[in-house]
Amino acid sequence: MGSGLSFDVAHLLAGSLVLVSFMLLYQDRMYALLNIFALHALVLALSVAWQAYVQDAPHLFVTAAIALIFKAIVIPVALRRIVERLGIHREIETVGGVGLTMLAGMALVGLSMVVMLRVTGDADPLAREDLAFALSVVLLGLLMMVTRRNAVSQVIGFMSLENGLILAATGAKGMPLVVEISVAFSILIAFIVIGIFLFRIRERFDTVDVRALDDFRGERQ
Amino acid sequence: MSVAGIDPEIATLVIPLVAAALLAVLPGYRTTARLNIVASLATLVAATSLFFVDRPPPGAYLLVDDLNIVFLVLTAFVAFTTSIFSASYIGHEIEAGHLSPAYLRFYHAMYQLLMFGMNLALLANNIGIMWVAIELATLTTVLMVGIYRTHEALEAAWKYFILGSVGIALALFGTILVYMASGPVIGEGGDSMVWTNLVAHADRFDPALLNVAFIFLLLGYGTKVGLAPLHAWLPDAHAEGPTPISAVLSGLLLNVALYAVLRFKILLAASPDALAPGPLMVTMGLSSLLFAGLMLYRRRDIKRLFAYSSIEHMGVIVFAFGMGGPLANFAGLLHMVMHSLTKSGIFFAVGHIAQVKGTQKIAGIRGLTVSHPALGWAFVVGVVAIAGLPPLGIFMSEFLVVTSTFAREPLLAVILVVGLLVGLGALFLRVNDIAFGEPTGSTAPVKASYLPMYVHFGLVLAAGVYVPPMLALWFENVSALLG
Repeated sequence: MGSGLSFDVAHLLAGSLVLVSFMLLYQDRMYALLNIFALHALVLALSVAWQAYVQDAPHLFVTAAIALIFKAIVIPVALRRIVERLGIHREIETVGGVGLTMLAGMALVGLSMVVMLRVTGDADPLAREDLAFALSVVLLGLLMMVTRRNAVSQVIGFMSLENGLILAATGAKGMPLVVEISVAFSILIAFIVIGIFLFRIRERFDTVDVRALDDFRGERQ
Repeated sequence: MSVAGIDPEIATLVIPLVAAALLAVLPGYRTTARLNIVASLATLVAATSLFFVDRPPPGAYLLVDDLNIVFLVLTAFVAFTTSIFSASYIGHEIEAGHLSPAYLRFYHAMYQLLMFGMNLALLANNIGIMWVAIELATLTTVLMVGIYRTHEALEAAWKYFILGSVGIALALFGTILVYMASGPVIGEGGDSMVWTNLVAHADRFDPALLNVAFIFLLLGYGTKVGLAPLHAWLPDAHAEGPTPISAVLSGLLLNVALYAVLRFKILLAASPDALAPGPLMVTMGLSSLLFAGLMLYRRRDIKRLFAYSSIEHMGVIVFAFGMGGPLANFAGLLHMVMHSLTKSGIFFAVGHIAQVKGTQKIAGIRGLTVSHPALGWAFVVGVVAIAGLPPLGIFMSEFLVVTSTFAREPLLAVILVVGLLVGLGALFLRVNDIAFGEPTGSTAPVKASYLPMYVHFGLVLAAGVYVPPMLALWFENVSALLG
């Protein structure tokens, strides 16, 4: 184990990321959701920057900068504009109640702790706790994607999931391609958010509610 | 050894990339469709030459071995025939006003980019690069599925994107876990993601970590293979996108995802204490087969029908590879090749049918053998082939899967046979409506070449009667490699 401090700070930041993931789960207002996501990205940026410092891996600062500038600032602002311009409902519909979702979220976090801590017994403790937290963030992101009906909040669920992956990748010491992967993901998200999908969905539909899309299914006639 | 200074495996990557860049800027439908064909042919030639030239030693990025040559040549071949089909299909779509010139450029560029992504995924010796390549291939198809911009196409693309992203994410997590397992043994840095290094040292990896990694990889890449219960994107994506894309999706992209699963299966097999990947794959394969077989009965859309049939066949293939052993692996490989050829051939036929009848609804297509004998009978041959009747190639590979299973696990073989028969019944019910009886809809002749379709069905028929010993030997080698 490295020095006690570096471990504690990394632990604190990764744990905060899980906490913010929970906060994303129960938001029912669109703007609040975007703000919390910005916070999520900010915590990720801090966590990655700390890893870059602890591991003495300067290239990880690039990943941290991407998280800070792109995900914590550019994307939330862009999404806010899309929500305004498209007149998307400010309230978010969820499947199942908040209580149930939170319970499911806790179960998922418990599951990832049990699985990851058990199988990574021999690994470096910093990496293994990081990995357990990262898996929790990934699973909570998945949970958010399935419990939201609205396209914008599904995208946010996907981005929070991806933040979990970046956390895992930076926690794995010396892993190659981390910067490339975070750039690739950012391009993908930019693509999705600003580009084709929402643009086209706005063009063709009056709503970005995925349930409305379901009504057009080919086989329902 | 290299031809004209360029290694053929590099050529299979460079040609599609250059072609994609050219196709993105060149105007004119005729030129670009031809360029698309020429580029696909050149890629096919480069891929085929890999059979004959000396292979380079595995590098840090690329790897050529017996296994991926089979996949690569199959990919290049189907991509080439599909590019010919695509030229006439797209010509019709432009006449009908479904596609504008800008979208056409986009379509062709994406087609070649998809080829690049698939070839890179097949050749990659680095599990990180493999992941990136499969992600790239998936994204290009997402964009192509949504190209018509109808309600249905957008819904299909959105669903495909969401589920595909989940698959991408799970696979990346699995990839990170493999790195975590290899890091302490091989050392930090790029070497610990090189597949040949991983296999060489797998016996010293932490087996528990490897197990969890494989589960993530199987679920992640399994989403792309279309295994139940992660298949939900597949029927929509097949039904709403352009038909050439349905052909390459079913014929190729599913295989590429399967290839990734196989690579990691080999890795797990090299670690004695890790869990056996077989039972997991057998379970997923059988459940896909049964589920898709039942779903076939209620299809009203012809492309959806064959999309579910793809899930069914991917189930059979994954089942065969899950059983493992030389015979089952051989059967799985053969079935994969036969399914790719047959299914893309069927989608060519379906593309012609949908264009001439102006509908994909099965209710609107009747008496095809009366109104369009050549197309109708070719379609019947295709359906007979995909249903697994003798003397066509799929019968032989399914027969091998079933017999090799009977010898080892009779109970599983019974489930397998039931699943296959359920699917067969559904297909015959539908093909009866489509092919025979009073013709409905337009009887105008089809203005397109049937050649790609005939070539595919001809090969499947030939393989059902006679498999060249050279090919059989090659497949045997690969089966041994798969363990």
